[in-house]
Amino acid sequence: MTTAAGTAVPLGRHVATVASIATITGRNLRRLLRVPTLLVFATVQPVLFVLLFTYAFSGAIHAPGTARYIDYLLPGIVVLAIGFGASQTGVAIAEDLTTGMIDRFRSLPITAAAVLAGRVAADALRNLFVVGLMIAAGAAIGFRFHAGPAAALAAVALAVAAGLAFSWLNLALGLAVRDPESAGLAGLFPVIILFFTSSALVPVATMPGWLQAFAKANPITVITDALRVLCLGGPTIRPAIEATAWIAALLAVTVPAAITGYRHATST
Amino acid sequence: MADAAIVVEGLGKRFGPVLALDGVDLQLPAGSVLGLLGPNGAGKTTTVRILATLLKPDRGRARVAGFDVAEDPQAVRRRIGLSGQYAAVDPFLTGTENLVMIGRLYGLARRQARQRAGELTERLGLAGAAGRLVRTYSGGMRRRLDVAASLLAAPPVLFLDEPTTGLDPRGRLALWQVLSDLTAQGTSVLLTTQYIEEAERLAGTIVIIDHGQVIASGTPGQLRARAGGDRLDLQSPPGQDPRQLAAALAALGTGEPAIDEEAGRVVLPVADGPGILPEVAGRLAAAGLQVSGLALRRPTLEEAFLAFTGQPPGRIQPEASGSPAAGAQPARTARSPR
Repeated sequence: MTTAAGTAVPLGRHVATVASIATITGRNLRRLLRVPTLLVFATVQPVLFVLLFTYAFSGAIHAPGTARYIDYLLPGIVVLAIGFGASQTGVAIAEDLTTGMIDRFRSLPITAAAVLAGRVAADALRNLFVVGLMIAAGAAIGFRFHAGPAAALAAVALAVAAGLAFSWLNLALGLAVRDPESAGLAGLFPVIILFFTSSALVPVATMPGWLQAFAKANPITVITDALRVLCLGGPTIRPAIEATAWIAALLAVTVPAAITGYRHATST
Repeated sequence: MADAAIVVEGLGKRFGPVLALDGVDLQLPAGSVLGLLGPNGAGKTTTVRILATLLKPDRGRARVAGFDVAEDPQAVRRRIGLSGQYAAVDPFLTGTENLVMIGRLYGLARRQARQRAGELTERLGLAGAAGRLVRTYSGGMRRRLDVAASLLAAPPVLFLDEPTTGLDPRGRLALWQVLSDLTAQGTSVLLTTQYIEEAERLAGTIVIIDHGQVIASGTPGQLRARAGGDRLDLQSPPGQDPRQLAAALAALGTGEPAIDEEAGRVVLPVADGPGILPEVAGRLAAAGLQVSGLALRRPTLEEAFLAFTGQPPGRIQPEASGSPAAGAQPARTARSPR
């Protein structure tokens, strides 16, 4: 049945997924510029991380094989900044759930993945900006790439790819816990634990033996080490494969979990 | 069948121990308005959420705009607009940006989405605020923007879950006007409300539900007749026994008068509406009784429930009849002994 009122929607035509992802991405980028907390997470915090960690630890820690501690440090705190920033994604999706936005989106003729993918795409653009900002801040206090421009670009791409896994993880967490405050904590907690038990700040070899096994398998260690060889030089194939495998494994779990959570998400 | 916008048969839904819907049947002819009336927790929102493809029913079937909500949800979504109980709009976008976003997600071209956004902000009295962040809107403005979003794609079937909650009288009138324009153009509307006046004003068919079951349904006129017509509301002056008022007028009623002795108030169901007033005045004068206030009005939702079920709303326990809840809350208006 069609009535005179139903003229504006192109009935029967498949509503393009790419266009709906782009629309959701646009919404999230606008929010990024307008919500003060989000803007701070994307600008002030990454720069503070670079400065604070560098000046707090550079006197105490001697990283193997690097002249300056910041060359060793920057890859790790890039991962930290991206991990922290992604917690805002869990908060945002839980907020959309409690305010009824998800109900509205779910009543529209778009696929479940479009709302989530649009969020992740906006996160990826933000992360590209954050990584650039951190490299610039790092460069101002002595950071340099030592392995050439191709490796430098690969490092940026790997950091953004790691961000995809963090974003999907936080979407799944936010849709599981369903309230913004819990979502923020649920997103930050694993990043904090994994960060301080990883190679991000200190070489794994300096840790006690019982911690080393965990630290070596820790995804933040694996991703940081791959970023480090891309920045500093050295054999890249194995670390890059390991990091990519970790990211792929995380996505293989978090993407279906987030989509399932979204399909069953309700505001009450 | 071909002309039905909504057909619901035996819809059931359980949330853990709570039976939210217990075999609901509904029928909405295309181009008409159905008012789903009931107290909080009656199952109104659950019904809307199932029909808008947000929830899957445990049993029963529902077709919206000709498509089964469980089997072909995407086809249903292309043909519906939903305005839920909360204003689902993004506070960090402007009014126009919110509407254009929704339009784009319905698959409208950018220019078309902008044009619709402009039309709807105008129609819902938001034109002056369309360029402002929604964060600066009042609750009523957000609510109207939410309704505008549900109208964006000019859907043939519209769901409005308590659409006038939080609106001031002017916003309410504006929304009622928009709804009657829409139905004049052939849109089918299912709206939920807790207010009999609103259902009567807007809906051609009213379905009253409680505890997930349909209690009564029909046109406003049929239901009014079944609810015992209008209510004559009398206030006895201090020092005069309200039971005397009840006794003098009882013969005019279609049911027994309800007497609140403490408040000095008598409520009598009457059939004839204003036509009965001269008779009321005559009988009061003949009995030498005074009234300090007199009103003729529609029954409240509570009074209608009392008429249909013999109990106020929320008292019927389909699963556990005879539960202690029936005596737990003392009724404010005691029924007369005879």
